[in-house]
Amino acid sequence: MITGIIAAATVVGIVGILIGFFLGISGEKFKVEVDPKEEAVLGVLPGNNCGGCGYPGCSGLAKAIANGEAPVNQCPVGGEPVAKKIGGIMGVDAGSGAKMVACVICGGDCEKGKTNYEYTGVEDCVAAATAPAGGPKACKYGCLGFGSCVKVCPFDAIHIVFGIAKVDKEKCKACSKCIAVCPRNMIELVPYDSKYAVSCRSTEKGKAVMDNCSVGCIGCGICAKNCPKGAIMVENNIAHIDYEKCEGCGICAEKCPRKIIM
Amino acid sequence: MKELIMIAVGSAIINNVVLSQFLGICPFLGVSKKTETASGMGGAVIFVITISSFVTALIYKFVLANEWLLSKGIDLTYLKTIVYILVIAALVQFVEMFLKKQIPALYESLGVYLPLITTNCAVLGVALTNVTKEYGILESVINGFATAVGFFIAIVLMAGIREKIEYNDIPKPFVGTASVLIAAALMSIAFMGFSGMSF
Repeated sequence: MITGIIAAATVVGIVGILIGFFLGISGEKFKVEVDPKEEAVLGVLPGNNCGGCGYPGCSGLAKAIANGEAPVNQCPVGGEPVAKKIGGIMGVDAGSGAKMVACVICGGDCEKGKTNYEYTGVEDCVAAATAPAGGPKACKYGCLGFGSCVKVCPFDAIHIVFGIAKVDKEKCKACSKCIAVCPRNMIELVPYDSKYAVSCRSTEKGKAVMDNCSVGCIGCGICAKNCPKGAIMVENNIAHIDYEKCEGCGICAEKCPRKIIM
Repeated sequence: MKELIMIAVGSAIINNVVLSQFLGICPFLGVSKKTETASGMGGAVIFVITISSFVTALIYKFVLANEWLLSKGIDLTYLKTIVYILVIAALVQFVEMFLKKQIPALYESLGVYLPLITTNCAVLGVALTNVTKEYGILESVINGFATAVGFFIAIVLMAGIREKIEYNDIPKPFVGTASVLIAAALMSIAFMGFSGMSF
C-alpha cells in the first residue's frame, strides 16, 4: 500500500521535474531573438488587429516597421499620434500623412435613385449583386443599400441612411474593409479635410444617367470650366476632384446644374 | 499490415473522433468559420496528435507499465491520465518553441493554433484510447494519425457547411451556434452510416 503511494508520487514527481528541466533548457536553447524595437512598436500600435494596414494584424505591421519595410505612418487607425510615437522609437520623422476617411460615392437614395424591380432576397449587397441586372438598382454604379459595408465595419462608422450607405467621418479609421467588400467598388478614401466630393461615379452618358437617377453626374463639365484652380477633370462622363489642388472654394457645388457636388 | 489499415480506417471514419466520440468539440465549433483556418487547425492537430501518441506510447511502455515495476507488484498504469496531461502540455510547448526557431514558415502557418491544441481533449482522448485498446507503439502512432485525419475531415466539412449557410436567411433563435450544432448533429448522424462498414 504505502510503497504504491510512494512509487506513484515518485514517478509523477520525477516526470514533472524532468519536463520542467527539459522545457527550461529548450526554452533557452530555442530562444528567438525578438528585435526590441518590434516589441516597442507593437506596444504603441492600437492592437485591435483590423488589418487595415495590409499586414496580418498589428504584430505583422510591427515586424515590418522594425525591419524598415513599412513606413512609420502605415497604421491608418492610429493616425498621426501613433505615427509620431513610432517615429520616436525608430528614430525617423513621422512626416505628416494626411488623415483619410472612406467616402461612399453615391447620392442615389430611396427617393432619388430609381429601382428596376423589388428585391426580396437576402439582405446583403454581395448576394444582391448576383441578382438579375446586378441588383435592383437601376443605376449600375449606385449603392445597393443592403449594408455589407455596415456589417464589415469594425468601428461602427458606416450606416445605411435612407437607402444608401453614409460614412461617419469622425468614427472612420480608413481601414478599407468596406472598400474591399463593396461589390460595386463605390467606396473610396478621400482626405479627411476635403470639403467637396462628387457623389456619383456613373460613367454612363447623360441621358442614361438622367433616366436612372436624379442626382447622377451627366459629365456636362460646367464644374471643370468654373474651377479657378483647375482641380476638376471630367473623364468618361464623370467629374473627378483632385484633392491636392482643391481649396474648397465651393464654386463647383454652386455651379453644378444637378447639385451633386456636396 | 491489414490490421494497421483497419485501425486507420476505423479511427479516421467509422469512429470519427468528433462525430462519433464527441471529443475535440471546442475547436470543432470555434475554428470552423472559414475553410482556410479550419484546415490550418486540422493540420496542426494532425501534427500534434501523431507526435503525442508516439511519446505517450513510449511513456506508457517504459515508465508506467515497465516490467521492473510490475515485477515488484507495483502497477502504476492508473497514473496514465495525469502523466499524459503533463506530457502533452509540455510537448505542445516544446513543439511551439522548436518550430519558432527551426521552421519559422511552419510556425507562421500553425502558430495561432498550436497553443489551442494543448487543451484539446482529442489529444488526451487518443492517448488513452491507445492504452485501453492495448496498442503497441507503431499501432498507437497509426491510430493517432488516423484519428487526427478524422478530425481534419470533420472540421473542414463543417467549415464548408458554415461558409454555405452564412448568407442564408436563418430564423433568429437559430443564428450562430444553434444552427452550427444542428448541422453538427446531422453530420454525426450521417457518419453513423459508416458504422455498418466491417472488415
